[in-house]
Formats: sequence, C-alpha cells, structure tokens
Amino acid sequence: MSSASARSHVGSGAVSRWSLRILGLGFLALLLAAPLVIIFFETFKDGVQPPLDAITSPNGIHALKLSLLMVVIAVPLNTVFGVVCAVLLVRHKWKANALIDSVINLPFALSPVVIGLALYLLYSTNGGWFGPTLAEAGLEVLFSVPGMVLASIFVSLPFVVRETVPVLQEIGTEQEQAASTLGANAWQTFWRVTLPAIRWGVAYGVVLTTARVLGEFGAVTIVSGSISGKTETLPLFVSKEFERFSEPGAYGASLVLALLALTTLLAMNLLKRKEDA
Amino acid sequence: MGISVEGANKSFGDFQALNDVSIEVPDGSLTALLGPSGSGKSTLLRAIAGLETLDGGRVMIDDEDVSKKPTQKREVGFVFQHYAAFKHMTVYENVGFGLKIRKWDKAKISDRVHELLRLVQLDGLAGRYPSQLSGGQRQRMALARALAVEPQVLLLDEPFGALDAKVRKDLRTWLRRLHDEMHVTTIFVTHDQEEAMDVAGQLVVMNEGRVEQSGTADELYENPANEFVMSFVGEVNKLGDDFVRPHDMEVVLDADDRTQEGMVQRIVTLGFEVRVELVLSDGTEVWAQLTRAELQRLELREGQIAYLRPVQAKSFNGSSPSDSPGASTPLGSKDGGDAGLPAAV
Repeated sequence: MSSASARSHVGSGAVSRWSLRILGLGFLALLLAAPLVIIFFETFKDGVQPPLDAITSPNGIHALKLSLLMVVIAVPLNTVFGVVCAVLLVRHKWKANALIDSVINLPFALSPVVIGLALYLLYSTNGGWFGPTLAEAGLEVLFSVPGMVLASIFVSLPFVVRETVPVLQEIGTEQEQAASTLGANAWQTFWRVTLPAIRWGVAYGVVLTTARVLGEFGAVTIVSGSISGKTETLPLFVSKEFERFSEPGAYGASLVLALLALTTLLAMNLLKRKEDA
Repeated sequence: MGISVEGANKSFGDFQALNDVSIEVPDGSLTALLGPSGSGKSTLLRAIAGLETLDGGRVMIDDEDVSKKPTQKREVGFVFQHYAAFKHMTVYENVGFGLKIRKWDKAKISDRVHELLRLVQLDGLAGRYPSQLSGGQRQRMALARALAVEPQVLLLDEPFGALDAKVRKDLRTWLRRLHDEMHVTTIFVTHDQEEAMDVAGQLVVMNEGRVEQSGTADELYENPANEFVMSFVGEVNKLGDDFVRPHDMEVVLDADDRTQEGMVQRIVTLGFEVRVELVLSDGTEVWAQLTRAELQRLELREGQIAYLRPVQAKSFNGSSPSDSPGASTPLGSKDGGDAGLPAAV
C-alpha cells in the first residue's frame, strides 16, 4: 500500500520533471535556436557563393576587421579598468562606494542609443563639450574609430567589474594578509596571490565583454555615422545589407557574428568547466 | 627577540577593541593571549604583525619601534585560524612563497622547503594542493610557510580553532616541542584556557580590550587578580562573596560550623573524575569535583543531603575582611584538608 503510493509519487515526479524539461527546452528552441537555424538555412539557400562573396567584399572584410579592432582595444582596457575598479570597491571601503557601484551599472540600465547620443553631444565638433577642443588638436572622435572605441568601452564596461567583485569578496583578505606577512609588497601580493585567485572570474568577464563589444549596435550606430568601408562594424554592415535587400550579405555577415558569439560562449563554458574542476 | 606593546588603543567604530593595553613578551618565550571572543586578543596580535594599525600606543620588536613599519617589513611569521593557504599553489609553492619573494635561488629554496616539510611531517605531499590536505595538514603547511623565512617572531591566531579535538591536542604538543627546538619568540591567541596552559609558559588574560592579568599558568590559577581571571582560567563556584574551585570543595556527611547543607542533584562520572552537583538551601547551584574513590567512600546518591566544606576560597570583594583583592583564604589547614576525607571512611 505504502510502496504503491510511493511509486505513484515517484511517477508523478517523473511526469512533472519531463513536462518542465519540455517546457524549458521548447522555450529555448522557439526563441533562441529557431532564429539561428533559420539564419543558417537562409544564408545558404542559393549555395555558398553569394554569402561568401558578400562577406569577402571590401566593405564586408573591412567591417569584420573593424569589429575585431574594437574587441582588441576595448576588451583589454575594460579588463584592466574592471579589475582595478573591483579591487577598489571590495578592498577599500569608501563612503562613495555605493555611488560608484551604481554608476558602474549605468551602461546596463541605459539604452545603448542613449549612450550613443550622450557621446555625440559630448564630442560633436559643433557645440559639444570636448569636440571643438579635440578637433583643434587634430583628433576626430565622432564618425571615426576613437568615437566607436569610446562607445564600445562604455557599453561593455560593467562586465569585468561585475564578474570580479563577487569572487574578490569570496576569497576574502586572509591570503593577501598572509602574503604581506611573508614579505610581499602590495604589487607582489596582487600579481602572485590576488590575481591568480580571481582569474576565472576575470576571464568570465572578459568573455562577456568580448561578446558585448562584437554585438554592439545602438551606441556605435550614432557615433560612427555608419560609413561603409570606413566606420562600419559587422552589426552595422548586417543592418545596412538588410536595408538594401542584399540578403546574402545580411545573412552571411549575421552568420559570422553568430559564429564569433558562439565561439566566445563556448570559451566561457570551457573556462567554467575548468573552474569547477 | 622580545616584543613589547605599550599603551595600545584601537577602536572599530563604537567598539573599543584595545583599551590601553601593554604587554611584555620575553625573548624566546611561548606566550598565550587568552580571552573570550571580543576581548581584543586577536586585534592585539594583528597589531603586532601590522595587520591592524593602532589608534595610539606602540609596538616594539627587539627594542625597535615598528609601529610605522608595514607588515611585509616586520619579519613576523603569522599563522591564521583558517590557514590562509594559497589555494592556487602547491604545498611546495606555498612554503617557498616568502623565499621566492626574497629572490632566493631555486636550489636554496628547494633545500629549505624540503627541510621545513620534513619538520612539519609533510615530506611526501609537496606536490599536493591545499584542497587535497586535511585541516591539520593545512595548518602544518601554514606553519612551515611562516617559519620558512626565519621570522623574528611567530604569531599564531587561534591556530587550532578550526580543528577537531584529537588533531588539536596532537598539534599543540607538537607546537610545544617545535618551540623548544626553534626558540623563536612565539605568541599565540586562544580562547581555550586548557590549551593556553598546556602550550604556553606565559599567559596574558584579556577581557573587554584590557589585560586582566599576566603570569605563568600556576600564578594565574593560584593567585587570580580578579573574579574574571579566576573563572576564566578554571571552573569556579560562587558561595556568597567567596569563589571556590570545584576541587577545593569537600563533600562530607556530617555537618560542622564550616559546612553548608546541600542536596545532591546529579552525579556525573567523567572517567576518573566525578562531578557532584548540589543545590544549597538558598537555591545556589554548585558542584564539587571528587575522585571515584571518594564517591564510593561517601556512597552518595542523587537526592540525598550532604555537607559542603570549602577547603580554599577567594574573595575579590573590597569590603571583605581580607583587604587585598585576590587574597587567598585557606579555610582549612593542609592537615585539616586531609583529615576531612577520612571522616567518611
């Protein structure tokens, strides 16, 4: 009697477990996998050549290079800034910490378009705060690479900080104090003890930053002016090709972006697995 | 290298962790800072290491004022309660850390690390990571790491606090022996009076940010300066204004002018020692420590009436007949104490 009821209990557990799984996987399939699969099929519906031609066109190649350039500049800068900022937030108790903490979250909260607009107002040569002065010094920020780098840094700034802060809090200060009793100065302690202890958190932040910089559209559109072959990153290229009804170009470039994103996410999962081991 | 702290003050917000604390630690000694949690003992130890900055007062190591020196220049070995092992380094790298910082060459580091690993009995485990060690092994590794750089002084903050009772006992015997061999001036913090008395030659009892008394284990036990020290370094019963150790409570079956009547509430046999709990007529609960032989002689039963005679009591009340606080009042002569026992035979 009791064993029968226990079995039925197990049975209903299995049923609810499976329905939850189907619900979760169905949601993922419909909302995440289906669009990606469709892009894949649409890209190659007329064979490999049309999308390949579009991507390897001078504008396509330039867009890919520019996107990678954004990653190469913005990610290291945000990594250094993020780690320094996290250390300051966690290890040095300031009264302004709560304020700094919320300011760092701003790029998460603000729409990228608003960020782009703010940068535009700041660096416009026509009445912006810094624009005219920088233009006199010969530095063009808007509609060129510096402005796009600024936009990329802005939108992807919080990731390394957010991923590093909890790890720093978790490792505590004892290891660092032990290092100092053993004769290590602050710099040696950071390199030999703190950084190795937080390395997976930082790496996780770097992966997320990379993905964000690669995919950034809103802020970069405004500050770059989206000039083909000059200030056009891969997402901007996709958008323009799409507007021109050049489907092979739009889908092909989308596929490249999706593959890059997939690679970074895969890298993140590998890192996580290594961290858990 | 002797250590002295003079007039140390330290507050954390409203909480005063150290209140005008001065201690003297002789060269080569093994001293315990003993006190309940929040007594300031850890703060004092951390101030000696430079891990806390004092609000006032100074720290002298070997007659040099080190108050302004950063931790890394004080040449102190520090062992933390939770080991503070470098988790991403092997045992070998942990122990060699300080030597690497001092830019020793690899061969010398290797010799020194292996010498220390032998000393702490971890020879075979050089390639392991801290997560692969037991608590006791981790703490021995931490000790080897602290000793590797040949510190002037060794500071241990509740070093055995996170270990289970058996490992704890082994490690403290081992620490005692290690100190006998190395003679490095050592201060260790504990809240366990038995551990402090077992390991340390010199004890400093702290409470609420102040030093209550310092001295050898015998001095503190025999002549406690106040009620706090008396009750912290051993068990104590309160009889009116008098404090009596449970082993100074004699239980007899016949009343006389020095005895108090009580009812036996509970008899607990703890191996050789027997704990007899009584309630006095005024409701005071006390206990006496007897041997098994004494219990058998008295044939005590729970619920029975017996008489208590304090052999030795202390009073810290200024208005008591003995003026000096902490005065010991022998209530029965030595002969009387011995003679008291055969009464039941």
